[in-house]
Amino acid sequence: MRVLVAMSGGVDSAVAAARLVDDGHEVTGVHLALNRNPEAYRSGARGCCSLEDSNDARRAADIVGIPFYVWDLSERFATDVVDDFVAEYAAGRTPNPCLRCNEKIKFAAVLERGLALGFEALATGHYAHLTRSGELVQLRRAADAAKDQSYVLGVLAQEQLRHSLFPLYGTPKAQVRAEAAARGLPVAHKPDSHDICFISDGDTAGFLTRALGERPGEIVDADGVAVGTHAGSHQFTVGQRRGLRLGVPAPDGRPRYVLAISAADNTVTVGAREGLAVSTMRCIRPTWTGEARAGEWRGLVQVRAHGEPMPARLTASGGEVVIELDAPASGIAPGQAAVYYDDDLVVGASTIAATS
Amino acid sequence: MRFYLDHAAGSPLRPAVADRVSAIALEPGNPSSLHSAGRAARARLEDARERLAAALDAHPTEIVFTSGGTEADNLAVLGAARARESGRPRVAVSAIEHPAVAQAAASLGDRAVRVPVAPSGVAELAAWAAALDATCALASLMWVNNETGAVQPVSAVADLAHAVGAWAHSDAVAALGHVPVSFASSGLDLLSVSAHKVGGPVGIGALVVRRGLELAPLGFGGGQERLLRSGTVPVTLAVGLACAAEAAVAEPAAEVSRLGGLRDRISAGLAGLPGVTLNSRPDGSPAIVNATFEGCRADDLLLLLDAAGVDCSTGSACTAGVHQPSEVLLAMGRTRAQASGSLRFSLGWSSTDADADALLAALPDALARAHAANA
Repeated sequence: MRVLVAMSGGVDSAVAAARLVDDGHEVTGVHLALNRNPEAYRSGARGCCSLEDSNDARRAADIVGIPFYVWDLSERFATDVVDDFVAEYAAGRTPNPCLRCNEKIKFAAVLERGLALGFEALATGHYAHLTRSGELVQLRRAADAAKDQSYVLGVLAQEQLRHSLFPLYGTPKAQVRAEAAARGLPVAHKPDSHDICFISDGDTAGFLTRALGERPGEIVDADGVAVGTHAGSHQFTVGQRRGLRLGVPAPDGRPRYVLAISAADNTVTVGAREGLAVSTMRCIRPTWTGEARAGEWRGLVQVRAHGEPMPARLTASGGEVVIELDAPASGIAPGQAAVYYDDDLVVGASTIAATS
Repeated sequence: MRFYLDHAAGSPLRPAVADRVSAIALEPGNPSSLHSAGRAARARLEDARERLAAALDAHPTEIVFTSGGTEADNLAVLGAARARESGRPRVAVSAIEHPAVAQAAASLGDRAVRVPVAPSGVAELAAWAAALDATCALASLMWVNNETGAVQPVSAVADLAHAVGAWAHSDAVAALGHVPVSFASSGLDLLSVSAHKVGGPVGIGALVVRRGLELAPLGFGGGQERLLRSGTVPVTLAVGLACAAEAAVAEPAAEVSRLGGLRDRISAGLAGLPGVTLNSRPDGSPAIVNATFEGCRADDLLLLLDAAGVDCSTGSACTAGVHQPSEVLLAMGRTRAQASGSLRFSLGWSSTDADADALLAALPDALARAHAANA
C-alpha cells in the first residue's frame, strides 16, 4: 500500500515508519508544521513541532529511507485547535486539544489530503490497536496499557479508521525505544513530549491569560458567598486545588477545590472535596467508532487521556449520552471527552456537558 | 530513472570539470605561500582567474573569488553600502532579487529601497529613475530572474545609476551560460556568478569588481583577493569554476538554441493543460519555465511529480521545509494563492528530451490529484 506516515520527530512515529517499510509498503513521511511561530529548539519534554523536531523527523526519514515533506497546517491548526482551546476555556469548559487535533487535523485535513494525493492510508505512532470484524474496523486499546492512546483516538469513526494504521499496537514503549536504537535512529532516546504541544513552556494559565486577558471576578463557596477574587475564570479547571489564593482558610480547615466554573458570570465555585464527586454525566455530540448505539448498555468510561476506566451504565438517546458511574469519581470537568469501552474495544465518545 | 528539472537550483558537476578538479585536488600548497609548492598553487589559481575573466569578458584583476553567489551578492551590496555610507547611505534593489541580495539589503533597514517590477516580471526604467538619486550608493538588478527567467534591462539601469553617481551591481547567477554575459560591455561595476549553476562545484563563485572601485570588505584576515575577501582561496574549487564557466559559454548559440527548444516544448505542453498560466516569457531565459497551476498547491504537485521521478521546484525559498509563496510572483502582482500554486522547471547542460517527455507525461495525473487534494 502507499502509506503516508505522520512523523512528529519523536521516536514512536519514526519506528512506525520503519516497520511499515519492513512490511513492504511504499511509505512517505510527512511532518506537520502546526505552529505558526515554531521555536528553534525543543526544550526537553515540553512542547512539540519546533524546528528541531522537524529536523529530527527528516533525519529519521533519511535513515528509514523514505521521501519526506513538511506540510504547513499552521493556519488550520490555529483555527481548529488553538482557537477552539481558548474558546472552550472562555466558556468555562476544559477542552482536550489532542482529541480536537486528531478529529480536525490529523485524521481529517491530513488524511483527506493524503487520500486525494493517492495514498491509501495514514499511519501514526499512536499506541492503539485496529482489528476487523467483518466489514467493521475496530479500535482497541494497545498492548502497552500505560501508553495506550485509544482515548485520544476515541472520536474517530469508520471512514477514518478504515484508512488508518497504528504499527506500534502490540509493543511496549520500552521495546519501541530499544528497536529505535537497534535501527540506528538518533531519536531513540529523545524524551516524549507531554502537555500541550502549542504551550511549550507548560504554563497553560499564562497562555490563556495572554489570549483572554485578565477578567477579575469572584470566587464563591457552594452557598454563593464570596470567599476570594480571581483574575479570570479561564485560569481554573474543575478539580483544581492549587493556585486558588483564597487568603482565608475554609471554616473546617480542609482544602478547597474548584467545583464549578461559570463563564457567564465569571465566577469560580469552590468547596470541599466531596463536592467534586460526580456520579452522572450528561454528554453531547456523540460519535461512534462502529455502529451507533441507542438505549442502555453497560461499559467502561474514561474521561482523561490516562485515566482509570470506570464501570458505568450508559444510555444513548436523542443525540445525548447519559453516563451513570457505578462509583463516584472526582473532578470531572465539562468540555472533556468521555470515551466508552466494551472491555478494550472503543465504542464511541461524546463531550461532557454537565455533571452531577 | 529520475528526471532532473531543477538546474536553477544547481546543475550536476560536468564530467570535464570533475576530471580537472580531481587531477589537482591532491596538490599541496597555499597560493599565498612564497615557496615552490605555494607558487605552483598560485599559478593554478591565477590561471583559473584569467580563464574565468575571459569567459566573463572582464579583466583578471577584476575577479574576486568567493564561496558562491550568495557571498558575492552580500559583498556587492554590503561592501558598497559600507564603502559609501557617508553621503550615500541608500541602496536600491529590485523587488524580485534572490534572497542573497534582498536579505542583504533588508539588513540595512530603511537605508534600502525596493524598486517595484512590472506584472510581466521585467524591471521598469521609470521606476528606477524615480528611485535613484544622489543618496544612493548602489543599484542592484539581477540579469535573469532565477524564478521566472525574465531578462532584465541591466545596462539601462546601470546608466541610470551612473547618472546619479551610484554603482551598478547585477546578480548574473541565473544568466551565465544562458544569455550572453559580457562584464565589459554591460556597463556594470559589480557582477556576481556562481559555479554550481553552470556545472561547477558547490562552494565557489566570484564577484567581478570593476578596476578602481573602492569596495569595502565584509570580513578580515590575510587580505587575499585584493583585501576584499580574506581567507585561503580554494584553488581546486576556483579551477572548477573557471572550467565550468568556460564550458558554459563555449558554444553559446548552440546551447541557447538547444535549451530553448526544450523550454518551448515544455511551455507548449503546459499551455495545453487546463488552468495553467505561464509566468515565464518567450523572450526570457531559454532555461526556465515557470507556471501557475490554478486550484492546486505547489507542494502537492511537487510531491506527486517527485513520486513520478521528476525533480522540480517552486523556485521560492523554504522556511523549515515549508514552501513560502513566491515573493517574486507576489511582486509581479499575483495573488497569494497563485504565488503558492506555481512551479519552476529549469534546464541545464545535462538536460535532454527525455526530461521534457517525463515531465509532460507525469503532469496530467499529478494535476488531477493535486486539484482533488485542494478541494
